[in-house]
Amino acid sequence: MEYKLTFKEYSSSLKENKLLGLKCNDCETVTCPPQMVCQECASTNTEVVEMKGKGKIVTFTTSFIAAEGRESEAPYTIVMVELVEGPWIMGNLINGDPKEVNMDIIGKRVHLGHKVFLGDKYSNGEAARPLFRLID
Amino acid sequence: MRKVAVVGVGHSKFMFNSPKTGVEMLSEVAMDALNEANLTPKDVQAVFLGNVLGDFTEGQGMMQSFFANDIGCFNVPATRFEGACASGSMAVRDAFMWVASGFYDIVLVGGVEKATAMDTPLATRTFAMFGDSRYEYPAGFTFPGAFALLAHLYSSEYGIPLERLTEQMAAVSVQSHYYGMKNPNAQFHKEISVADVLKSPMVTTPIKLLDACPFTDGAAAIVIASEEVAKRLTDKPVYFAGVGQTSSGKLSSQSKHLPRIRARELAAEQAYKMAGLTPKDIDVCELHDCFSIAALIAAEGLGFFEPGTAGEAWERGETRLEGKIPINMSGGLKAKGHPIGATGVSQVTEITRQLRGELGEQGRQVDGAKVGLVDTLGGDGVIVNMILSTK
Repeated sequence: MEYKLTFKEYSSSLKENKLLGLKCNDCETVTCPPQMVCQECASTNTEVVEMKGKGKIVTFTTSFIAAEGRESEAPYTIVMVELVEGPWIMGNLINGDPKEVNMDIIGKRVHLGHKVFLGDKYSNGEAARPLFRLID
Repeated sequence: MRKVAVVGVGHSKFMFNSPKTGVEMLSEVAMDALNEANLTPKDVQAVFLGNVLGDFTEGQGMMQSFFANDIGCFNVPATRFEGACASGSMAVRDAFMWVASGFYDIVLVGGVEKATAMDTPLATRTFAMFGDSRYEYPAGFTFPGAFALLAHLYSSEYGIPLERLTEQMAAVSVQSHYYGMKNPNAQFHKEISVADVLKSPMVTTPIKLLDACPFTDGAAAIVIASEEVAKRLTDKPVYFAGVGQTSSGKLSSQSKHLPRIRARELAAEQAYKMAGLTPKDIDVCELHDCFSIAALIAAEGLGFFEPGTAGEAWERGETRLEGKIPINMSGGLKAKGHPIGATGVSQVTEITRQLRGELGEQGRQVDGAKVGLVDTLGGDGVIVNMILSTK
């Protein structure tokens, strides 16, 4: 069975600030990031949909450490965002000073952009990653 | 299914910068475990190994075969398990099942890691490989980062102000260091205070350095045998009463349940059901405290405390030697150390010694312990729980 929405297709679309996911025709759940089956009911009866690219922050962390080759990125803020369509995705917050980000950020509305991670010697090529900016 | 027992254990000193190779560390603890069981390598029918990063730390893949040969288990089937930090527990559980099934009577299980052979940036990179490489690593995902996300979520979900939660988290590390002082094999022998934890350097908010387990070199091994064989070998067999193992996907895919870890609740349920026991029946527990917040989430997931209340329990001393449920009397991953491929085997070793009643001299024996629980978490995706019993 062929993959409906591969990472390559997801990443290429994200580079145009279009976030793609899969809508389940059986249970209506939206799965994003994509995978072979619906994350809720495991149905393969899904279709590719474009998400609104809006959501709210459910949790965050500002990292003062980084993995090999990414030291210059620190400090940076990782956020988990609940999209308006339901699923959670991981990305980075780009408002202001990462060191100032605190619990008040939880619940704040954000919209989506992107940045490309070029990959390192262990990665299978580049990857577009979600960036989030506060709406209000 | 036959009853299966642990009949011998071996455990290295956990440390930074071991002067020995991974195979050497393994061979030493394996011989100790075999000697304790009055067995020789020739009695071993199969070797199971937990090892995660040999490829990166020593340029050594498939260490299982070299290890088997090194100790004279010539030409036996040797199998490596890889499930990040739960690799050792996966190897133990599988070994249990092969003996329970009747296919083997005697199996040797080892676990080893030389994590400090890597510098911190490489170690951080390799540990990040246990999260999703395509959808989450690009955002700068690290393992402390995963539990930092859960810590802030825990604070907001359960309405515990972050300042309070970080104090509760600190209490976990303080207790682990207290018992680590009593464990001669522990990596750290240093008492710390809540204030020490709170003023230690920030790693990734809100996790500070003393909320996190160290990188560690170390090995552990156990020999397991069928009940019939075990009764011939030892007068203190420690039996497997129940086991459970589950998997899960990338962190974001677990959103419905976070900060609870659904895979743990299901694995624990398997183990409790198989043993016919409940959390109240557990006398002593070794759980996966890779970060202080992880210990709180684990203790709740295993059914010892209601969600959002484990921190207070630690502060009240309910997890201490004399408490309601003594947790991590070894010092845990925090103070004992966390050589990831060895951790599960080390936890089983600890519980075995508790149930044999051998730790009195070290001042960390749970009086009359008869039933113990092991909990191991691997990356975003593996949980193993095992209940051991004197009966």
